[in-house]
Amino acid sequence: MLLLKTAFKNILGGGMRTWLNVAVLSFTFVIIVWFNGITDGWVQESRQETIAWETGDGQFWMPEYDRYDVFTLPDAHAPIPNGYREGMAKGDLMPVLVVQGTVYPGGGRVMNIQLKGIPAGQTAVKLPTQGLADREEISALVGKRMARSAGLQEGDYVMVRWRDRWGAFDARQIRIAGVFDSKVPAVDTGQLWLDIEDLQQMTGMDGEATYLILSVGTEVPVDSGWVFKSLAYLTADLDEMLAANRIEMVILFIILLSVALLAVFDTQTLSIFRRQKEIGTYVALGMTQKRVATLFTLEGTAYSLLAIVVGAIWGTPVLLWQAKVGMPMPDLIEETGIAIGNVIYPIYTFTAILWTILVIVFSSALISYWPARKITKQNIVLSLKGKIL
Amino acid sequence: MRIIKIKTNQIIVCLVFSVITVQAFSQSPTQLLDAVDKNLSADSRIVESTMVVHGKRNNRTMTSKSYTEGTAKSFSEYLSPARDKGTKMLKLEKELWLYSPSTDRTILISGHMLRQSVMGSDLSYEDVMDDRKLTETYNAELSGEEEVDGRPCWVLSLKAKVDDVAYDAQKIWIDRERLVPLRQELYAKSGQMLKRILLSDVRQIDGRWFPMQMNYKDVLKEGDGTDYIITKIEFNKPIPAYIFSKAGLKQ
Repeated sequence: MLLLKTAFKNILGGGMRTWLNVAVLSFTFVIIVWFNGITDGWVQESRQETIAWETGDGQFWMPEYDRYDVFTLPDAHAPIPNGYREGMAKGDLMPVLVVQGTVYPGGGRVMNIQLKGIPAGQTAVKLPTQGLADREEISALVGKRMARSAGLQEGDYVMVRWRDRWGAFDARQIRIAGVFDSKVPAVDTGQLWLDIEDLQQMTGMDGEATYLILSVGTEVPVDSGWVFKSLAYLTADLDEMLAANRIEMVILFIILLSVALLAVFDTQTLSIFRRQKEIGTYVALGMTQKRVATLFTLEGTAYSLLAIVVGAIWGTPVLLWQAKVGMPMPDLIEETGIAIGNVIYPIYTFTAILWTILVIVFSSALISYWPARKITKQNIVLSLKGKIL
Repeated sequence: MRIIKIKTNQIIVCLVFSVITVQAFSQSPTQLLDAVDKNLSADSRIVESTMVVHGKRNNRTMTSKSYTEGTAKSFSEYLSPARDKGTKMLKLEKELWLYSPSTDRTILISGHMLRQSVMGSDLSYEDVMDDRKLTETYNAELSGEEEVDGRPCWVLSLKAKVDDVAYDAQKIWIDRERLVPLRQELYAKSGQMLKRILLSDVRQIDGRWFPMQMNYKDVLKEGDGTDYIITKIEFNKPIPAYIFSKAGLKQ
């Protein structure tokens, strides 16, 4: 305790040099906490939005369907097994039929798309399918990305061509019933959402579907022949992306921390060089050389502790403000195919903050010990005389 | 004497009209379609052709040589321009293989890729794949007589009689004298016209009439379509088996 008190007294006596070190370390501390918060905020939001718009609590795929392989699509439709009918009647399961098609948005353009059918009255996902309930004419919903790339607006008519189950072409004008705004590109890019009954009729696939979405909070029904894909499987891409992002973050943190710790290292080395007589006096007064080395190590560590306190004082309001207003993202980010909103709201978790504190304190202690260990090998008589190590 | 002459003229006109009418109605729409198939189909065909894709800003011209045996086997090799030279397509039953010399790879065209256009033309790979005889896939009905490019034609309405045909209905203008189509319109199930084909430069080759120039137009797209001009065609010549082998694509 005496050592700690002495260490704090010594560094506070250091004046401007101490506060410069503390400033750099506190900046690093706040930046790391903020960056972690942004990543966690993005991941949490992406996961929630993906569940809400796309995956539900899981999906049952008909055996031939593979969403990563478009070659499976022509055969990816089958009558819905009876075992799922009860769940569908209760609203726990929502069928989706996927068919390939071509859209002619005008201007000589042709776009290959997927036509997706889902019940107009569904509640499993956030798609605003109520707009598809119009039975007068075939209508479709598009996401804002699809609307932008095809130049479509609500109320427009667009020529769509597809093949029925036997391979015969069919084509007709379809009315755009609405344009929805989703952060999840997987339900938006290159897709037209129709009422499943319309799509079944258009393709001659009555009573058929490609997969079933399990509503959030419902129990997984008994396996009835289709392959259950858990939420973990359906959001695996997100987890892999996060893991890759974590590596990039670690590299950034190492660079930031290295700059800050370099300042501590310099200060410590200079300190030992300039305080030779003080070291000799400590030993002459009865401290072992090991305790003196510990004192200098504690002084280095104290910079980080002070930096955390200072960082907490100026960083807390800044981070809280950021959590409130969020960080705006450029418009182009929507084209990357990643589920990400226009604004990311950071989430600061206790674990992330604690880890950041531990990393900074431990690395400061380590970098301070590096020059201080030389004290243990010092000739005390020479030190008292002020001779260089 | 004058009365007799007028009567003779009238009789000749009546006879000619009767002959034409009898000839027309002596052939049922199915027989007409069969005659068209006989003109257009062969056991084997070797064709050298030029394809002109009319784009928005410029036209692209490609030449190719293709070998066809029945309706199941077909092989095409692009000869020009330099960029496409050496690109080969092989159709075996329901499979279509594409060899690209730039990547030295052979890929199977299937699924959504079949709907892509061939070399940017108005023809899709699916169109290339389906070349069954009209009589095998459609029921025909005579729906009128019209002229195309000054030539009198029978107009037949075709309705698919099998499920697995790409176009549910067709309208076809058949040259009354030469029994080859001069115009074709391809329709979706909904009645929406999808493609229009204009056939011209009909020549007699090996005892059959054959259109040497075709213009394919995807009516849902803008532009002037794609011209397919046959520069040389040979019917029923033996084709070596290796032409239709996947191994031959890389040679």
